[in-house]
Amino acid sequence: MELVCPAGSLPALKAAVDNGADCVYLGLRDDTNARNFAGLNFDVAGLDQALAYAHARGRKVLLAVNTYPQPDGWGKWTRAVDLAAERGVDAVILADLGLMEYAATRHPDLRLHLSVQGSATTYEAINLYRRLFGVQRAVLPRVLALRQIEELVARTEVEIEVFGFGGLCVMVEGRCQLSSYVTGESPNTAGACSPARAVRWEETPGGLESRLGGVLINRFGAGEHAAYPTLCKGRFEVAGELYYAIEEPASLNTLELLPELARCGVRAVKIEGRQRSPAYVAQVTRVWRAAIDALAANAARFAVKPGWDTELRRLSEGRSQTLGAYHRPWK
Amino acid sequence: MTQQTWTVPGPLARLLALLPSFPPAWLMAQALNAALAPLLPPELLATLAGRRLRLRVTDAGVHADFTVAGGRIQALGSRGAPDVSIAASAWDFLQLARRAEDPDALFFARRLVIEGDTELGLRLKNALDALDLPPLELSLPPSPRAVVRAVVRLRGESPTGRADPGV
Repeated sequence: MELVCPAGSLPALKAAVDNGADCVYLGLRDDTNARNFAGLNFDVAGLDQALAYAHARGRKVLLAVNTYPQPDGWGKWTRAVDLAAERGVDAVILADLGLMEYAATRHPDLRLHLSVQGSATTYEAINLYRRLFGVQRAVLPRVLALRQIEELVARTEVEIEVFGFGGLCVMVEGRCQLSSYVTGESPNTAGACSPARAVRWEETPGGLESRLGGVLINRFGAGEHAAYPTLCKGRFEVAGELYYAIEEPASLNTLELLPELARCGVRAVKIEGRQRSPAYVAQVTRVWRAAIDALAANAARFAVKPGWDTELRRLSEGRSQTLGAYHRPWK
Repeated sequence: MTQQTWTVPGPLARLLALLPSFPPAWLMAQALNAALAPLLPPELLATLAGRRLRLRVTDAGVHADFTVAGGRIQALGSRGAPDVSIAASAWDFLQLARRAEDPDALFFARRLVIEGDTELGLRLKNALDALDLPPLELSLPPSPRAVVRAVVRLRGESPTGRADPGV
């Protein structure tokens, strides 16, 4: 099983490679990817350095071009795909159908991965991507239970990649418009749920307040753990009660499901967090490498070590964790 | 994220808070100009030009203000509202400088707060993350007593000529 780790900078990429990532995924320094934050990501020179570092050590680099181009930006998105092919990226991670068609016809040797943003949850949809564009891997949206993943894997020859660890969202990947109501920008087209220019933090007598586009979305009392300033993780008053009405801030952690994911035939596990620091990438990659190696050495005796769990919990949003939809006995 | 921390002791913090913030800011600006400024991307220095950046060491009760002018980091007096303020304990700033801590994890734990222009703060954080350097190999902070002795020496007074501040 491949370990696919995030990088928002060259030191993060090196941290991933040095700590045992098989593949590192990254984005360009613009809105062609879904982690479009100020000062993050790679320019062309940085991409070349990343490729040189990873390839010299036998690891792969995947380029996420996973936002949806708007009519006036088409050229920017196709240039990103051209760049991936020219520079020798191992695969591009795409969501948009038009861009898939462009990549498949213009660069037939370029390996295509279907982004989670493509929101394909059935083998029929994934097989259609295969037939039309030769897609070789699909990243599953985080809405399927283990049983459903198992059934899907059995009915497609496309490699399946699932999220193993990191930030969660409301899981309407590729279709979420929520933050655009207060920021004027959709994450699917502009590449961020909480563009930093729209975010304000303030320590007040009542607690730490977060505002998005001027709208108060959360207030953390003393001792409460903070969360990312996205609208879906705001606290709202509904029928007189103030609570996380859409989603509680928590990170996905599927370490304990690793043997099951492997048994289902899942080919790769993905770590979320291109916006995080090299320290995060190093720590999470180290834990997951150790876990995957332990599984490979003796699957029958695999058990999550307490140290792994402690380390991951400290890095989790709101310092809380969930199995997400994977563990859903009722389907 | 480490659980182990070191806190500036209260009596020392009260002592530090009495000192003007400009001299330490000036010293830090000289160090940053020597060590960091040449490595920072020009577009970041341009973004920071004329903006007031405040580093607030929460447990020491002190802060230092900086700006960028002519491509160099300059200390500012502490009067005036900062464009962005970054607050953490002395220990956590040290861990961030050593790249031993993830800033987001510190933020979730309420140990790092960025107030004001979030985009400016994020740009700075991401630029520092992107510097392709070996992490700073800093040793543990000096003992509180050593810090007090250094502070007292800076003020031109004998460490033994004053009442022990009790640390």
